[in-house]
Amino acid sequence: MKVAVVVYPGSNADWDALHAVRDVLGLDAEYVFHKETELPSPDAVVIPGGFAYGDYLRAGAIPRFSPITPAIVQLAESGAPVLGICNGFQILTEMGLLPGALTRNAHLRFECRDAWVRVESEGVFTRGLAPGHVLRLPIAHAEGRYQCDAETLARLNGEGRVALRYCSPTGELDDASNPNGSVDHVAGIYNEQGNVLGLMPHPERAAEAILGNDDGLALFECLRAHLEAA
Amino acid sequence: MTTDTLPGAPVPFPGEPGVSREVAREFGLTDAEWEKVVFFLGRDPTYAELGVFSVMWSEHCSYKSSRVHLSRLPTEGPQVVQGPGENAGAVDIGDGFCAVFKMESHNHPSYIEPYQGAATGVGGILRDVFTMGARPVASLNSLRFGRPDHPKTPRLLAGVVAGIGGYGNCIGVPTVGGEVQFDASYDGNILVNAFTVGVAATDGLFFGTAEGEGNPVLYVGARTGRDGIHGATMASAEFDDESDKKLPTVQVGDPFMEKLLLEACLEIFAADCLVGVQDMGAAGLTSSSVEMAARAGSGIELDLDMVPRRAKGLSPYEMLLSESQERMLMVAKAGREQEVLDLCEKWDLEAAVIGRVTQSGRFVCKATPGYDPLSSDPTERAAQLVVDIPIGALADEAPKYDRPQAEPPPEPTTPAPPTDVDCGEALRALVGSPNLGSRQWIWRQYDQIVRDGTVFRPGEADAAVVRVFCEKGDETLEKFLAISVDCNGRHVLLDPRQGAAMAVAECARNVACAGGKPLGTTDCLNFGSPETPTTMWRFARAIDGLAEACAALDVPIVSGNVSLYNETDGKPILPTPTVAVVGQLEDASHRVPSGFRVPGDVVAHLGAPSRGALGGSEYWVSKTGQVGGEPVGIDLDAEARLQRALLALAKARVLSSAHDVSDGGFGVCVAESCLASGLGCRVSLPGDASLPAAARLFSEEPTRVVVSFAEADRDAVAAICAEHGVPFAAIGEVAGEHVDIEHALRVPVAELAAAHLAALDGIVA
Repeated sequence: MKVAVVVYPGSNADWDALHAVRDVLGLDAEYVFHKETELPSPDAVVIPGGFAYGDYLRAGAIPRFSPITPAIVQLAESGAPVLGICNGFQILTEMGLLPGALTRNAHLRFECRDAWVRVESEGVFTRGLAPGHVLRLPIAHAEGRYQCDAETLARLNGEGRVALRYCSPTGELDDASNPNGSVDHVAGIYNEQGNVLGLMPHPERAAEAILGNDDGLALFECLRAHLEAA
Repeated sequence: MTTDTLPGAPVPFPGEPGVSREVAREFGLTDAEWEKVVFFLGRDPTYAELGVFSVMWSEHCSYKSSRVHLSRLPTEGPQVVQGPGENAGAVDIGDGFCAVFKMESHNHPSYIEPYQGAATGVGGILRDVFTMGARPVASLNSLRFGRPDHPKTPRLLAGVVAGIGGYGNCIGVPTVGGEVQFDASYDGNILVNAFTVGVAATDGLFFGTAEGEGNPVLYVGARTGRDGIHGATMASAEFDDESDKKLPTVQVGDPFMEKLLLEACLEIFAADCLVGVQDMGAAGLTSSSVEMAARAGSGIELDLDMVPRRAKGLSPYEMLLSESQERMLMVAKAGREQEVLDLCEKWDLEAAVIGRVTQSGRFVCKATPGYDPLSSDPTERAAQLVVDIPIGALADEAPKYDRPQAEPPPEPTTPAPPTDVDCGEALRALVGSPNLGSRQWIWRQYDQIVRDGTVFRPGEADAAVVRVFCEKGDETLEKFLAISVDCNGRHVLLDPRQGAAMAVAECARNVACAGGKPLGTTDCLNFGSPETPTTMWRFARAIDGLAEACAALDVPIVSGNVSLYNETDGKPILPTPTVAVVGQLEDASHRVPSGFRVPGDVVAHLGAPSRGALGGSEYWVSKTGQVGGEPVGIDLDAEARLQRALLALAKARVLSSAHDVSDGGFGVCVAESCLASGLGCRVSLPGDASLPAAARLFSEEPTRVVVSFAEADRDAVAAICAEHGVPFAAIGEVAGEHVDIEHALRVPVAELAAAHLAALDGIVA
């Protein structure tokens, strides 16, 4: 099983993702540079955090023109797992693989701190986690406020595609626990098939006890279970 | 006066202003220095040459007032891989790897334009580190602002913090710690000192050297514009009410460009096609070329027509002095330049061969009058000589001054602050003050965790602890660095020698508290005008103090920076010799946080109990409005013993927490250990009971640490302290929901927490 970690110019959490998937989880993983046009027969793709193309124009706007992007879209449409973390989530929305957009945090500052998220629905990265299960995950972003129109939000909720919502440490949905003003506390969403997940928090930076938190490992364990079952 | 290619002396470039002694004065050169220029050249300089001399002989680049003193600093030790003189210093961390680090100031630009000034300060120090062949793994910073209620403070604080975050977050190097102090002396001259540490294979270090006649000189990175021209000269003059007009001398940063530069450089280094490399920092193309040639004893010849540019009609003067950011100068092995160009293309970076190494010992530049690659036909080039200067005149033979010193009169004696106060109220006020309150508003704007290495985030321990990955063959080794940055200029003002020693001691103590063995130091010496004899007297004594402490604690200085002329309208800042110490944890399990962790743990005080000396303390300043009192001093032998004991305790894995007594004294120290976890404590107050409680609570006498540990480990902790000759006193336990200090105060932790969190609200809310 092979996991590709895509490196765009300006990606900076590519190491974080590779380390979590390869060194912590123990899967075969490697970088793929954005100028490639083919993925080296991967079973899953991670689009890591960072500032691809310097976030110029809009966060995540330019990568969809990169040579590697058609291969990622094709893989996603084939049903293989694709995970976009932070800037990766922004990129997935700009590629059209996920609906909605990520805008400036409501308080207009970059914010790095622990947040709590509640598992809301099943998909490749949450299958086996009980709905309502609370994870502590760090966030580090300036443009993490998920927004979409009312119709899209109704569909996401109706189809069970909201993967994670910001919550209090005990699982309550209150405004104080929503770090960026996301609509309906949305922290992560799935595509229709449940194989593409975009989320703002960083599970790959919370997957080891030495970092003071291994809650994030749960999402990667789900990925492993999915790949092993396939 | 011959060159390799073009005969004769440089001729004035068409359109350039004339040159005279008066113009030289405007450039910051004294009459004596002007005469020295003419002597070295045997003729009057061209306008471009005068620009080159003025920046290379600026205080910022030449260290002309400080060099005679810096030589007293200890710079050697078995752990030192690279001492001062290169882009950054390095210490050994085992298995063929080293930690590469440096700290640098960006004070003047940050006052004029806080966001860009701070951002480019971070960008500059990152380049200094990766230029050495090291991947940057962590940044810290030391900030000084004026009074919290000064009208400019909110804008400056918000801008500087956003700028540091804006650059560091984007390039993907975590900002893991730092310190901030507010004091009236910085009202008109803030300090922004940026620190970065990286990791490299020791046999893969790169140096700023231009060796090998004929080797090509390459320009890599952002195109040259007109930004930052004469930035180095600005940083070498004091501020006045005209300073806002210096805005065009501030550079603008592009962290995305630097990220590309970082990745491209590390790949170019790995390809082993370079002889040397240096970033274009202060004084840009000029200083990088000259310093590389000076280190190699060679010469450099540049063809300025080839310099990539984004502004039209750049003159040689402008190209040589521009401080456009994110640019590197590389000397490739002959015939290998195409590999460099290919790797730059991979990362979509501009690169060009702009010159070659010579054996002339001269800095030679040529350019075609009227030629602009943005608009001209390249076949119309007919370069003429525009600069021809002996390298030595710009480097070793640059002016060097032993400036006059005069002992200042004692600080005006202010009445001592009252000590018959409500101690609980006093603690609440200190914990909620801008100088001692929570920095959460600041550090949350920094990505503290990118690269999966941050073991202790800001506020979790006395030092930041970072895991670094060292790739050796197929194996990835994990190593753990502990880093602290510190200085309290108030103690330096009262006694420059002992105050500077206290800064080194506190930094190293912080590293030891977190479980690391201190290895090396970098410094950033921020002072007022060297032309003021009392400032020079303080500077010289601070150097002595740094030297004594670095020697006593075995943390040699491996790199550093001097920032003078930090004053406005003749009023200098507090003398602020900021230091950063890098240490290493032998094993991750040796790490010790600063907060109490387990109810029922024993709390103990290590070190001599307080003498109740309040000189220079936050308590004194907050009560009297002035820095005053007798200096508290430091016993470096006792400090060394304490630090060895802390390291032994960490290695024995017997401590739950360790937090040193520093700003705010014992009371604030204990309160902070409670605030970290929300746990209370019941302790007695160390020191002679006949002394006022407030004096013992808030004295900032150094060389003291409050630790906690399990009852079962009490004997082991006491034995290790005894073995190292460190006074040990069990003073209470972790218990309850109050900070309860016998016969002094009893305050709910929750109340202190609320005050602590709100401390910056008055500035940033």
